Parts: sequence; C-alpha cells; structure tokens
Amino acid sequence: MNSPTISPAPIRKTLVVKADVHRSFKAFTDRMGGWWPRSHSIAASPTVDVIIEPRAGGRWYERGEDGSESEWGKVLHWDPPARLVLAWQIDGSWKYNPACITEVEINFTAVAAMQTRVDFEHRHLERLGENAAAVRDMLNSGWGGILDLYGNLVAGAENK
Amino acid sequence: MNRKSAAAAALAALADPTRRQLIERLKAGPKAVGDLARGVPVSRPAVSQHLAVLKAAGLVRDVADGTRRVYEIDPKGLGAIRAWLDDMWGDALGRFGAELEKDDTD
Repeated sequence: MNSPTISPAPIRKTLVVKADVHRSFKAFTDRMGGWWPRSHSIAASPTVDVIIEPRAGGRWYERGEDGSESEWGKVLHWDPPARLVLAWQIDGSWKYNPACITEVEINFTAVAAMQTRVDFEHRHLERLGENAAAVRDMLNSGWGGILDLYGNLVAGAENK
Repeated sequence: MNRKSAAAAALAALADPTRRQLIERLKAGPKAVGDLARGVPVSRPAVSQHLAVLKAAGLVRDVADGTRRVYEIDPKGLGAIRAWLDDMWGDALGRFGAELEKDDTD
C-alpha cells in the first residue's frame, strides 16, 4: 500500500547514561528483565524476566513466574553497540498480534568516556489497530490524520 | 477509566467507518447533530448512537448550545493510547538509566 498519509507523532525520548556504549547496549538488551517496570506486563503471571534474543529475527518476550512465555515482538536490526530496532507487536487491545508491527529504535552514541546518549523512538503508532485490514482501512480513511491531530492537541496541552 | 482501558476504548470506537467519518468532519470544528447527519449516509438516530459511542470512548464531547447539542473533538481522547505508551517508556528508560548509575558505584 502506498497511500499518502500523515503519520502520528512517534514517541521520542533522549537520555544520557553513565556507561560507555558497549555497557549501555548490553544492559539494555541483556538485562532488560532487571530494569523493566513490573507494572507493564501483558501476561497473567507476574513477570520475572524480559528477554531479547541477541540477533536479527530473535524473539522479544517476557517470562512469568509460572514459567509461561508471552511474546512482545522481535528483533528487526541487531547492530551492537550502536543501534537496536525492535518490533513491538502488542496491539491496541494489549494482546500480542503478529500482524501488528510498530517499531522501537534505540541508538547509542558515545558523548564522553563514560557517557552515552540514548535516543529512543517508538514509531508507526497508527498500526496499533486490531488487525492489518482494519489498520489499512483506517489509514485510507484518514486515521493517520486523526492521530496526528490528537497528537498535536495532546502536545499542545502538555506544553501549557 | 485508566489510560490503558481508555486507549483500548478509543481504538475500538474508531473501528467503525461511520464513526471515523464523523471524527473527520469534527476536525473542521464543533457541529450540531443535524449538521453531522447531513454528511453521512446513515439516519440521524444512527448518527446520535455513533456519537454516543464516541463520547463514551472519550473521543468527542458535547456542549449545549441553546436547545441544540453541539459535538466537538475531545483533545484527551485518542491521545490516551500515546500517553500510556509515553508513560511506560518514560518509566522504563528512567529505570534503565538508574540501573547503569548503580553499576557505576560498584
């Protein structure tokens, strides 16, 4: 599909962490379970770990206390220590949906010996519809424009 | 309604093409039910029902204008889904940064 649509504003965040790029990348990918907020889970069982398999095509999932695994998405680009792109495949109803692919990109840039700038972006939020067909329909009927409008209104309210 | 369920309700409400059409028309500014009904291929009572769904989902709000009800886009509506994700990542990245601070003192 190649229809001209306005994308909703991606979520962007930048932070500077106290570690070199290698340690920053490793902590992000290898120890996500250590810092991921436990309140954010899609599983019935309490989360004990969040795993990113270290390769393009690898799984991104959470493991529950009862040993169950719940998919979150997959690794799209694995370029240590500079860049990681993940597919966040939790749709608008907070269920794993392989047809729903929103992208999370994290870039790690050295700013000093022990400082790394982390640029984070979660984009294509317009794809959070229930399924691919519905999303396509939404895009064709101006869903992107609607989201953009709401994004602007919300951004405007936040800036006041 | 918390942000998560608000966001889910907004997406569910927008799954209907007539409701998306109504939202599109409201982007130009507030409109009365009668004005909205003229632009869509469904009856006026059906339009009222769709507006009720959009209102329940927090996407539109209505205000009294004399004897008429005028509908307008509620800016807090679909922003809920983005706001929820924004909060989640803000929380997660804050903890990621703190984890590396902790390492530093080891």
